[in-house]
Amino acid sequence: MREPLDPRRGRPGGGRRRLALAGGALLAAAMIAGCGTEAGGPPVLNFYTPADGATQYAAAAEACTAAAGGRYTVVQQTLPKDADGQRLQLARRLVAGDPAVDIIGIDVTWTAEFAEAGWIERFPPDIAAQVTEGTLEGPLETGSYQGGVWAAPLNTNTQILWYRKDLSPTPPATWDEMIRASEDLAARGLPSYIEVQGAQYEGLTVWFNTLINSAGGQIVSENGEVLIGQEPSRSAAVRAASIMQRVATSSAADPSLSVAKENDGRLAMEAGQAAFQVNYPFVYASINTPPPDGGGGGTFIDEQGRPAGTDTGRQVIDEFAWAPYPAVEAGTPAKVTIGGLNLGVSTTSLHKDLAFEAVQCLRNRENQLRNAVEGGVPPTLEALYSDPAFQAEYPAWEAIKTSLDNASVRPKTPAYQSISIVISDLLNPPAQIDPEAVVGTLAEQVARAENSEGLVP
Amino acid sequence: MSEIVNEPSAKGPGTTATTERVAPPAAAPARGGKPVLSEGKKAERRLGLLLCAPAAIIMLLVTAYPIGYAVWLSLQRYDLRFPADRAFAGFANYAAVLTSAYWWQAFFVTVIITVVSVAIEFVLGLALALVMHRTLVGRGLTRTVVLIPYGIVTVVAAFSWQFAWTPDKGYLAALLPEGSAPLTDQVSALAIIILAEVWKTTPFMALLLMAGLALVPDDLLRAAQVDGAGPWQRLTRIILPMMKPAILVALLFRTLDAFRVFDNIYILTQGSNGTGSVSMLGYDNLFKAFNLGIGSAISVLIFIAVALIALLFIKLFGASAPGSDTGGRR
Repeated sequence: MREPLDPRRGRPGGGRRRLALAGGALLAAAMIAGCGTEAGGPPVLNFYTPADGATQYAAAAEACTAAAGGRYTVVQQTLPKDADGQRLQLARRLVAGDPAVDIIGIDVTWTAEFAEAGWIERFPPDIAAQVTEGTLEGPLETGSYQGGVWAAPLNTNTQILWYRKDLSPTPPATWDEMIRASEDLAARGLPSYIEVQGAQYEGLTVWFNTLINSAGGQIVSENGEVLIGQEPSRSAAVRAASIMQRVATSSAADPSLSVAKENDGRLAMEAGQAAFQVNYPFVYASINTPPPDGGGGGTFIDEQGRPAGTDTGRQVIDEFAWAPYPAVEAGTPAKVTIGGLNLGVSTTSLHKDLAFEAVQCLRNRENQLRNAVEGGVPPTLEALYSDPAFQAEYPAWEAIKTSLDNASVRPKTPAYQSISIVISDLLNPPAQIDPEAVVGTLAEQVARAENSEGLVP
Repeated sequence: MSEIVNEPSAKGPGTTATTERVAPPAAAPARGGKPVLSEGKKAERRLGLLLCAPAAIIMLLVTAYPIGYAVWLSLQRYDLRFPADRAFAGFANYAAVLTSAYWWQAFFVTVIITVVSVAIEFVLGLALALVMHRTLVGRGLTRTVVLIPYGIVTVVAAFSWQFAWTPDKGYLAALLPEGSAPLTDQVSALAIIILAEVWKTTPFMALLLMAGLALVPDDLLRAAQVDGAGPWQRLTRIILPMMKPAILVALLFRTLDAFRVFDNIYILTQGSNGTGSVSMLGYDNLFKAFNLGIGSAISVLIFIAVALIALLFIKLFGASAPGSDTGGRR
């Protein structure tokens, strides 16, 4: 890259250099223009959301821009489809101090982590009060940490039991009943699988959290105390682990249980192999959607309910029903772990006041209704559940509302992610759980993860 | 870590060219004292260094800095979720990693994947190379066809393996007894990971070995045949020793690559059921737990392991290692 050795070529070389300089300047100008958000006009608020439901979030962003009357513009930005990818990208931007991140859609389990790491702003008291007003208690709990509101619930999510009413005319009320019913079906050569999230990932932790909470226990308290090793949480944990182990080792179990996620459960049900599944409401939307996006009513089934290769005029959807999540203890409703999406305001934002205002708009009634109807995710405003329009769109609303009213929250600690990894590692594969032994190991490993000591598997 | 891989490749072609001149069996080049250089030679050497400098500086910038930074991070307690707790921790992170059962579990899984897959690849690759070398018709076509798996993106191939082995959906799972889910068991899942690795990288091995086969002079083989050496003797006594430099490069590349296996596992099992490699462990600690200290310590340990493998290979193969023969230098 030294200057040309031949002096005669000096001039053309210089010309080329000027050209290169001009090109570079143009490129730089284009890059600056690309980054600049203040090129006249109202401030731009970037609203980062998961890829699922991006269309509805973009519509909400547009509606809120219109409602702001020129004071700000909300621009929706899409994050990856999977939660780990979303969290990673947000963390990278926030750690690097990206000022173009204003409003972020965060998973309910990240509140403590993002708050403690200084990535999201605590809601000022007046706005926190408005957020609390009319919002369901469970979802609100997921956005709170150490007595303050850090994220405003946008959508929530909860699992209920989906089952085949031809195979099980009365839905099982407890896990014990369900295991027995499924073994009966298997003995009669009928579809018998219980579909549940048994793969080594967050879904397995959710299953365990639901069971331990339903049995009256807790993994970690909000002030970071590991409870799983002491009574009464210890016996609840043993009970939860033994249910998981029994589901996996039952004669009727799905052989793929140890790698099954939500979508595998939906597919097994639509393919006519499952009798029961605990899953989120998307399975209802899916079975009603024609292929390739959905199951199109599921496969054809014969008189006994087995999947049939030919058109029998009877499909899985004709026998598809739902019921409350099975309990651990008969008579005590299950405390189902809730999921969903909360809205936080980034500490790196240049327009925090406007961002808080926009959050209020993004989660208002109209926008939540759109998310529910078009995206299938349950809203967090209590009033919507008594709205006939919503009820018509959401036939399973009652079971969902019951589930939400008895909700349990995943451990509220900044180290949640590590704790979850440890739990899903120790409980996978579910068939090899030794309930008594695993709880001791869990207590030890969860305590290490809580203190961010050592490795996560 | 790519510089480990890049380095031999930069020297590779030179080695192949020079070994043609130096008779490999008598590979004991004179390593006398430094010869006195003439003025001309000195100037030439200076020019050579100057010409290398830009590349060397860029390499330093893009590799030495990140490596140095990783080492620095690995000496700290630094968790993104607890920014206030950041502190110098000395070798505590290394102690935590090396005393952790997760690390050793991942380490042994990685070693098994590496050893088994490289061994199979070598045998298959050598067979393919011999076939390709001897093919008389459609040589270009054969070589292109053999290379196809290597041209397919690993993640894409991994997804198709995953579907193939998923019960009820996959055509390969359909060949197994009813109710088996091979990706859910440690041994069978590892076998599938190794299969995917072998399928993908055998062509690469074959290609490198074929380049080595070109070094074996035909008249030498004919002379051996006249002396009564059978095919097996010719392979083990003549072809393989003559190919030693090419074998070293092929094995070294593949071992280093296999030790850092990530994408196949990430797609096929996500590391569940005890199938995670050390790279998976590093990824999980860095990008899921946000623990920069521990994660960097794992990365540095992988780096050291990879460096040791390279060193071991060069010691093992001695003089035929790339760059160890002085004959090629001026």
